Amino acid sequence: MEFKNPQEELERFRSRLAVAGGFVLFCFTLLFVRFVWLQIVQHDYYQTRAEDNRISLVPIVPNRGLILDRNGVVLARNYSAYTLEITPSKTRDLDQVIDGLAGIIDIQAKDRKRFKKLLEESRNFESLPIRTRLTDVEVAKFIAHRYRFPGVDIKARLFRQYPGGAFASHMLGYIGRVTDRDLEKIEEQDQEANYRGTEHFGKTGLEQHYEFKLHGETGFEQVEVDAGGRAVRTLARSAPVAGSNLTLTVDIELQRIAEQAFGDRKGALVAIEPSTGGILALVAMPNYDPNLFVDGIDTQNWKELNESPDKPMVNRALNGAYPPGSTFKPFMALGALTLGKRRAEQAISDPGFFNFGGHTFRDDKKGGHGSVDMYKSIVQSCDTYYYMLANDMGIDNISAFMAQLGLGSRTGIDIDGESEGVLPSQEWKRKRFKKPEQQKWYAGETISIGIGQGYNAYTPIQLAHATAILANKGVVFRPHLVKFVTDTKSGERALVEPKPTRTLALKPEHIEVIKNAMVGVNKEGTGARAFAGAEYVAAGKTGTAQVFSLKGAEYKAGGVKKELRDHALFIAFAPADEPKIALAILVENGGFGAQAAAPIARQVLDYYLLGKKPNAPAPADEAAVEEDDQ
Amino acid sequence: MNRGIGLAVIRDLAQRLVAPIDPPLMLIAGLLLLLAVGVMGSASPERLTAQLANVAVALAVMRVIAQVPPQRLMHLALPAYLLGLLLLVAVALFGDVSKGARRWLNLGFMRVQPSELMKIAVPLLLAWFFQKREAMLRLRDYGVAAALLLLPVALIARQPDLGTAILVLAAGFYVIFFAGLSWKIIGGMVVAGLAAAPLAWNLLHDYQRNRIITLFDPEKDPLGKGFHIIQSTIAIGSGGFFGKGWRAGTQAQLEFIPERHTDFIFAVFSEEFGLFGNLLLLALYALLIGRGLMIAANAATLFSRLLAGAVTLIFFTYAFVNMGMVSGILPVVGVPLPFVSYGGTALVTLFLGIGILMSIHGHRMLVQK
Repeated sequence: MEFKNPQEELERFRSRLAVAGGFVLFCFTLLFVRFVWLQIVQHDYYQTRAEDNRISLVPIVPNRGLILDRNGVVLARNYSAYTLEITPSKTRDLDQVIDGLAGIIDIQAKDRKRFKKLLEESRNFESLPIRTRLTDVEVAKFIAHRYRFPGVDIKARLFRQYPGGAFASHMLGYIGRVTDRDLEKIEEQDQEANYRGTEHFGKTGLEQHYEFKLHGETGFEQVEVDAGGRAVRTLARSAPVAGSNLTLTVDIELQRIAEQAFGDRKGALVAIEPSTGGILALVAMPNYDPNLFVDGIDTQNWKELNESPDKPMVNRALNGAYPPGSTFKPFMALGALTLGKRRAEQAISDPGFFNFGGHTFRDDKKGGHGSVDMYKSIVQSCDTYYYMLANDMGIDNISAFMAQLGLGSRTGIDIDGESEGVLPSQEWKRKRFKKPEQQKWYAGETISIGIGQGYNAYTPIQLAHATAILANKGVVFRPHLVKFVTDTKSGERALVEPKPTRTLALKPEHIEVIKNAMVGVNKEGTGARAFAGAEYVAAGKTGTAQVFSLKGAEYKAGGVKKELRDHALFIAFAPADEPKIALAILVENGGFGAQAAAPIARQVLDYYLLGKKPNAPAPADEAAVEEDDQ
Repeated sequence: MNRGIGLAVIRDLAQRLVAPIDPPLMLIAGLLLLLAVGVMGSASPERLTAQLANVAVALAVMRVIAQVPPQRLMHLALPAYLLGLLLLVAVALFGDVSKGARRWLNLGFMRVQPSELMKIAVPLLLAWFFQKREAMLRLRDYGVAAALLLLPVALIARQPDLGTAILVLAAGFYVIFFAGLSWKIIGGMVVAGLAAAPLAWNLLHDYQRNRIITLFDPEKDPLGKGFHIIQSTIAIGSGGFFGKGWRAGTQAQLEFIPERHTDFIFAVFSEEFGLFGNLLLLALYALLIGRGLMIAANAATLFSRLLAGAVTLIFFTYAFVNMGMVSGILPVVGVPLPFVSYGGTALVTLFLGIGILMSIHGHRMLVQK
């Protein structure tokens, strides 16, 4: 046992106390350094983070711009309604939640289907509507039961509405919920900040093309939030600016009459004001109700629209490419005059066929039309005249001339996704085909091009555009639907198309020849029955595009299935001397042009020029004179 | 006349009431309490009344203990330790489970947390033990002391309650340290401790490991385990030099700071009073510890010396561990900010300690005579 000296022990204890004191000071210094680091050195950083925690920017989505027709009739508007929304990430068993909700609020099978579709397409963490347009009673009922449904909430939202329903649907298009592809476009336009909180995006038609004009400027509310994300108070607010309104060149009444004139037939009609390029009516039938898409379309409707053999979702006016048939002849004739390949009075003798390279190209009229000059070739739609003309002009001359009229290229209309069609030429064939023997252009192929058959394929808007250029004597305007865009803040109107894009080198006397011949069509030719008794002078041309080759056998409309019947075409402009309207009509499987398409043109022109409203869809004229196409 | 006598009686009574109270200690503790009331008024005003009641109880306990001579406390050491041990075993067998830990014992009329008692009972017992062995202290006595310490620590750590286990371990270690454990052994323990760290890691519960991982990289899980630390460091850092002002801390008032009236109350204080406030708080703790160490240095017996030294360092441990964890340099363990955090049990334990210091200081001469 060691001896203990109390005094020594006390000293040792006191030295240990000193060590402890030193340790305390050391630790406190450590804390002090840490505090200086956080509160002085890193203060700005943490200050920012505290502000980020506290302040939340809540976007205020602007009202989408309206779409109005040329007379101010509203074609697309907004209305406010309550929706019942579920945030899937905040709920455990979705089906159970929806079953529970169905116990208080009417939720039908189609609501569930639509929700399921939205869920598949949704981005993470967003809330999705299970029911829209709740009544006040339904809102009250849900609020009383809200505690039972975490992740479910009622929201007031703006909805798009198309009062005309299916009318003009292919022109207006529709909006739908923002998808990843839409987000890419938003990023391309550097609009991410402006689209915070926006849930809808234009998908087709004008809604798509003018999306960034219609959208408006998103407002922001700066709110102080607590840790639970609840808003405590508003710190600052910037008001949203509603999207610009679009005023169209379209006359919606004309559009309605044109659509109704089709009845249940498929096809397209494009009517253009030649002096401006403004589109007066743009019809593609069948149409569809764009209102179905606004809340998110349910799977059943979606399936029906997409799988229907009538393809109602295809905009035939812009995306259907059809052989122009005989409507091509006036343009051929104009080309011949311009290039000096024919004079108007120069006549040919038509035996009823044209032989070329061991192949016989037949005229529809057995025995032929006799002596045919340019006027007669258009009025009677003589094929032989154009077989010869095509051969004389050659494919590259034809294609170069037609290109000037905008055939085979996009017209630049303010709707996205327009098709190019096919303007055949040697170069086109080289690019189109892979095998060398297919790439070569055969002179025989030029012959049927002359009557608008063969590789020719143009969209109805291209035909209407070319007709408008003819009517406007070679001055070209880009076809457009929007007359002006009105800024809602300043009230300023921006004209979309104030100037012609180009003027073609066409001689007035040549145009006069073609015009007179087209007037003759409606007076004494293939369009005469449809335009009997018209109180104005209309220039026109019928056309029939072959769908199905009968190989020499005679074509009888009743003898083939409907989907194999020929397409009926008609182009026109009126009044012939001072054209206010130019149009192109296509009726799919309508038979020949005079039969199905010309009567529609008559109704449309009667309304536009005289204000006459028809009381029934345009009748198919079964007794109409059959023209000469095979 | 009567009035004079009456006054004299009252004055006499008052004098007797305050006589055992050490003025410097009381002053420092009083300032800390004042500061605590202010912070509580900001962090959780609705709890202020309840906390004031806790303060009253704690002060009463302090006053009673301050009068009890250290010798009497020495007699209480063994029974208190054994009772505590018994209760800890009872907790392990029949305790109530709350938040995944078995810490509370339901006695029918009240729920107690026996581990809290051990924070004082362990240093009391060890001080008593070294006093008994004073004249014939051998190396193996340190071994016995270590065993007496580790037994309750192990029981508490098993509950699991890492925060309390660390505090009890520290309290016991301080006694052994002041009793003169050789530096060589301390050094050896440090080396052994470092070597055993991987082993200890395996013994930790998942949530305890997560807390340590979180310390080094809180941003790894900003909404989960890292949330507490991230939000409290943001609160401290955004406070700047003078703070955002009383009740003007956005982190605190908008409830971004979790548990802001208990373990994380320092973040509230620091956000609203800034570095300036922190310095004040550190100074008050330093003064309290300084006074405690002074009392230990002048204490009459080995028992008093060891007890006073250990109790003082417990205050330090509370303060350092709490501020360290809230400011993100120590892992999150359940240790309150001494004298400031809400809660009666911790406050009573702390003032029990103050009472013991006062008793030791008040009786330093009596024993020597």
